[in-house]
Amino acid sequence: MLDDFFVRALLVAAGVGCVAGPLGCFLLWRRMAYFGDTMAHSALLGVALGMVLGSSPVLGVFAIVIVTALSLLFLQRTVHLASDTLLGLLSHTALALGVVVLAISGSANGHSLLGYLFGDVLAVTRMDLAMVWVGGFICLAVLAYIWRPLVALTVHEDLARAEGSPVERCQIIYMILMAGAVAAGMKVVGVLLVVAMLIIPAAAAQSLSRTPEQMAVLAAIIGVISGGGGLYGSLVLDTPSGPSIVVMAGILFLISLLIQPISRALESA
Amino acid sequence: MNTGGTRLIGAQGVSVRRKGRLLLHGVDIHVDRGEVVTLIGPNGAGKTTLVRVLLGLLLPDNGHVQRESSVQVGYVPQHLHLNSTMPLSVRRMMNLTGRPPSGAVEDALDETGSRKLLEARMADLSGGELRRVLLARALLSQPDLLILDEPVQGVDYIGEADMYALIAEIVARHGCGVLMVSHDLHIVMAATDRVVCLNHHICCTGVPQEVVGHDEFQRLFGTRAGVVTALYQHSHDHVHDPASVVQPACDEDAFPRMRSVEEVKDAG
Repeated sequence: MLDDFFVRALLVAAGVGCVAGPLGCFLLWRRMAYFGDTMAHSALLGVALGMVLGSSPVLGVFAIVIVTALSLLFLQRTVHLASDTLLGLLSHTALALGVVVLAISGSANGHSLLGYLFGDVLAVTRMDLAMVWVGGFICLAVLAYIWRPLVALTVHEDLARAEGSPVERCQIIYMILMAGAVAAGMKVVGVLLVVAMLIIPAAAAQSLSRTPEQMAVLAAIIGVISGGGGLYGSLVLDTPSGPSIVVMAGILFLISLLIQPISRALESA
Repeated sequence: MNTGGTRLIGAQGVSVRRKGRLLLHGVDIHVDRGEVVTLIGPNGAGKTTLVRVLLGLLLPDNGHVQRESSVQVGYVPQHLHLNSTMPLSVRRMMNLTGRPPSGAVEDALDETGSRKLLEARMADLSGGELRRVLLARALLSQPDLLILDEPVQGVDYIGEADMYALIAEIVARHGCGVLMVSHDLHIVMAATDRVVCLNHHICCTGVPQEVVGHDEFQRLFGTRAGVVTALYQHSHDHVHDPASVVQPACDEDAFPRMRSVEEVKDAG
């Protein structure tokens, strides 16, 4: 069954959706959507550097994404620029630099560049599948482990710290998980759309949830449906797979907007 | 008044420097069991910085903080930038960092009169309700010391006096110490055993009557200090010597709940 490229793609897309949903909740809660976008855009530079240095692209992505996040945190403290300016600056510079380095190294022709930008999930190998599922499982397990302190510091950092939560450690672990999710999500929807996999399922889950935990579980489910449904749609309509997945997530978000007033009306009736 | 209780927290010679600016300079402060200490000062005087030092969230450049590890601290922060995108009920908020035993959450909310809010969404609370829920949260750990940063932030005028009365009630019941931070002068003074006036350094400290008469206090708060002086004398005249009340500048009905604060403190 795993010999079928479409089944592999389906499993990878669903796996990434399942991990991206809960992780993305924190991007929403901490108003860090643009931060996630910046991390994702820098991933292309990671691919390029990985190729130039002859190591695996995934490793390059992972390293560059973490370096970007760290330099962002550093610059936010030292440079007197508005946060959104800084993010926009770093995000697009990293993306442009990635394209330039890819071109110089000559390791990417036009076709694969498009694959990096918008994803090429139909080309995933068994190895990719194994990495996404094992990595995804570890990622969710770690997220569950740091869940309570991470929620606490999201509500109020000083309060969490004063009550003994390991704030810095959780923030660093979360960043590493994000880097992993970006590296995996890149294969499915590409660097330009990775952040959509993180924030759209979470946004769709938000209005339907009463607790942070409900929202995370629901975001995971919506992520899986987006991945699977979008990919199936792309097969039927013969559309690009990555963007189709994001469109599917967008449709689910619209549906969630409709569900809320309906359920309120039912409650009050 | 409660005096001579055991020392809960003490700081000596605390200085904090950030980006070349001296935020705190040689600050001494302490809180004993059973006393309500109010830290007042203008905006930007370093009040929250001092609170963060006392909580151990910020390491001072000079000086040190002494707190027995057995002293439990309940903390209520000044701001809670509740993001309405996080679905958070009051119940979940109460369980944010700890896992209190069953019934403890309800009891704590009862104490601040906010049990009915248990299933409410945090984002839907009014300013006063939010303060009460946060106070209940701080009570969960059975604190010896409550550190309340601007406990009446976002509370309307009548609610303010109720809030101070509630704090006095809690001190009386639990015998804990309280450090309150306020930039507002009027009602807080009456609910306090000792006032510490901070403007990067300690300007003056003492019982409220002394502090309001102090030169530095007058200079710091300008014309508003005069109002407090009048108000403070008014409240004491009223409670202890009703015959001599002659305070045309200060309308008695404007502060109808003043008395309840005093009564609670006397009862405690």
